[in-house]
Amino acid sequence: MSILVAKGVTKRFGGLDALSKIELDVKEKAIHSIIGPNGAGKTTFFNCVTGFYTPEEGTILVDGKNVTGLSPDRVTHLGVSRTYQNIRLFKNMTSVENILVGMHPHLKSGLIGSIIRDRRTREEEKASIEEAKRLLQFVGLRGKGDMMAMNLPYGAQRRLEIARALASRPKLLLLDEPTAGMNPSETQEMVHFIRRLRDEFEITILLIEHQMRVVMSISEKITVLDFGEKIAEGTPVEIQNDPHVIEAYLGRGAASGLGQAKTVA
Amino acid sequence: MDSPSSSPWKQPLQAGVIAGAVSVLLSLVGMVATFKDRFIISGVFSMGQVIFLAPILLMAYSLLRRTAPQSRQQVILSGLFTGLVGGVVLAALVVIGKNVDLQAMFVNSSPILHNILTFNQPLVPGLLILIAICMVMGVLASGIVLLPQRVATAIIQGVSWILLIGLMRDLIITVTSRWGPLAGLVRLFFANSGLKPLGAILLFALIAGLNYWRSGRPAPVVKPAQTKERPLIYYAKWIGLGVLLLLLPPILGIFFSDILDTVFMYILMGIGLNIVVGFAGLLDLGYVAFFAIGAYTMGVLTSPELNADPMTYWQALPFAMIACVVSGMILGLPVLKMRGDYLAIVTLGFGEIVRLLALSDWLRPWFGGSQGIQLIAQPTIGNFVLNTQQELYYLFLLGVGIVAFIAWRLRDSRMGRTWMALREDEDVAIAMGINHVATKLMAFATGALFSGIAGTIFAAKLQSVYPHSMNFLVSINVLSLIIIGGMGSIPGVFVGSLVLMGSPELLREFAEYRYLVYGALLVVMMLTRPEGLWPDARRRLELHEEELEKEAQELADAESAATETTK
Repeated sequence: MSILVAKGVTKRFGGLDALSKIELDVKEKAIHSIIGPNGAGKTTFFNCVTGFYTPEEGTILVDGKNVTGLSPDRVTHLGVSRTYQNIRLFKNMTSVENILVGMHPHLKSGLIGSIIRDRRTREEEKASIEEAKRLLQFVGLRGKGDMMAMNLPYGAQRRLEIARALASRPKLLLLDEPTAGMNPSETQEMVHFIRRLRDEFEITILLIEHQMRVVMSISEKITVLDFGEKIAEGTPVEIQNDPHVIEAYLGRGAASGLGQAKTVA
Repeated sequence: MDSPSSSPWKQPLQAGVIAGAVSVLLSLVGMVATFKDRFIISGVFSMGQVIFLAPILLMAYSLLRRTAPQSRQQVILSGLFTGLVGGVVLAALVVIGKNVDLQAMFVNSSPILHNILTFNQPLVPGLLILIAICMVMGVLASGIVLLPQRVATAIIQGVSWILLIGLMRDLIITVTSRWGPLAGLVRLFFANSGLKPLGAILLFALIAGLNYWRSGRPAPVVKPAQTKERPLIYYAKWIGLGVLLLLLPPILGIFFSDILDTVFMYILMGIGLNIVVGFAGLLDLGYVAFFAIGAYTMGVLTSPELNADPMTYWQALPFAMIACVVSGMILGLPVLKMRGDYLAIVTLGFGEIVRLLALSDWLRPWFGGSQGIQLIAQPTIGNFVLNTQQELYYLFLLGVGIVAFIAWRLRDSRMGRTWMALREDEDVAIAMGINHVATKLMAFATGALFSGIAGTIFAAKLQSVYPHSMNFLVSINVLSLIIIGGMGSIPGVFVGSLVLMGSPELLREFAEYRYLVYGALLVVMMLTRPEGLWPDARRRLELHEEELEKEAQELADAESAATETTK
């Protein structure tokens, strides 16, 4: 079963093809990585999937439903959730409130209910706070619920952002460079965390990542973009030995030398 | 050129010059002269003197607080020097004013001002007294810094209360006048303006003494048993406050009830704008438009001038409310995509459009043009007409009560979180599944509704509306009181309205300098306390780690119990 299918997705900015004819197929409950040099179009692809951008050509299917051209809130309702390359939390809200906002699509209390605070609203509110606390505990931020998001340390902010994304109970979680700015031990922790995420929540994870060590150890499948085009796809081992990829990263000429040596293991 | 010997004098010199300059400014704009007859302590000390001496005291104090701990002697000397410099600057103003005709540019540089600054003495001894008193201020500041915390606090409290009580003489006399023998006792303390000297000394001793005694007591230890009583105390506090609010008009009398009406009207508007600006982060500079729409709808529907079959206040109220909600959405729709400055400009335009439409000759048959609308209906309950300031106060109170309750409930709800998320990061909020169109329109509509309700009561109170009472400054007043009180804070609106709307009415002399004071206050607030006088306290969901752990344990127990029973 494929949870995300992209068919010939093209996104242009003026004369520049940020993405051209991208084909992608993400299997359910997989950990799938998108890699590529700077400016390859990875984040642009995320923005197309989540509805921030509308691609000029092609279609994107999430769980069999066409999401091309839908607004971001509609896409979220269909079960897609994401984090951002540069952390974008609601800084002046507490951790719990951040997560509660993430739960928004599942909450039903309306205006009148909020004002008179009837039994249903109270129960929903109580249950959602409980769930928020559980999520906090899962990401290791137990007891930090009342802290302003801006006052959390960097790593905690990353994890809070993931908790917020999980709160909407997504089927597909897009992580945009989750280990950016982390030291090796934090990175290692994040790798374990992402695996645990997939196993416990049974969701599909699509991630953009720069650190090769992370990508190779975590991914079941890797797609490589360069200048808006897909140049390779396969398992970590296949990608490591792909001459196109080596060329894209190290330049022409390096591919032949490295291909023979096969030092990357 | 910072030689070690000169550096200790540099900062006091700066502080003194700044303090002196502020005093000179306050003198030249006329505040000192305006307040010369407003005595704090009758015949001894007037508000005018407070105005030109306070900057020196405050500057000296803040300087001494900022600088690193010094020897006792140094503190006193720098306080003294700051006062000296400030005094010399003020004295220079008098000398220049006496010799050069400054009045062409500064109308207030008059002999009256010079007499105040020289304490009604001949020039030379007067100037010496002025400088000496300024130096005393500096020494006082260093005294506050040097004295033990407990004594200093007691003195500061005493002086502040004396200032407040002296200024509020009229209010206090009016309120207590009907208390029989107590009224006579209270009167003993007061002169025709301000406190009697002896009364002031007695009061100071009382307040400072009380404060000293209280701060000396050990902090009460909270026993576990006390926590059980807390809900009771909590409710008792609210009920007490409610009873006090209900009793205010008969206690205060007509004049002060009128001030209270104004304060509450602005609270009503402030709570509405607080939703738009404070919660949802949509800067609305044309907020007066909805106030106008509420007032004019009430006018058009209930005035026999324009209407063959006028409605009563209560019949027209729902229509006015609907009109406000609809107009809030109409404003909201075109500005959905705008943020920040652009939004502010468009809303500002909207406010002006509404005012100009009301003023226009074109719509005169409906809105009365510059003549406005008269004979607007007053609210009735049965056969009883609410028409005095005291009676209308209850209508404002009811409105504020309902609106504050709604705002408070909305803030702590899904809706409130949605607004805040939109304020914090619109793109991300949308990506979280929030429908920004509905959410923004809801904020505009709610804000408009609250302001419109204020407008209807305003129209009923005056029984007339005029386009000129719907000017831009109303929007600015409401915005300022939110900023002073604390963005997004509901109690902040009450405090802001009392400070900005109440105090200028109580100190009538201030009215002339209202916007000068607003401006200064806003700048000072932004620099020293950007979160406002009463900032929004975030809800505490998890106060104690132990509680959380206990909860988790209980949860786990319950789960295991559940699995056992299923087996």
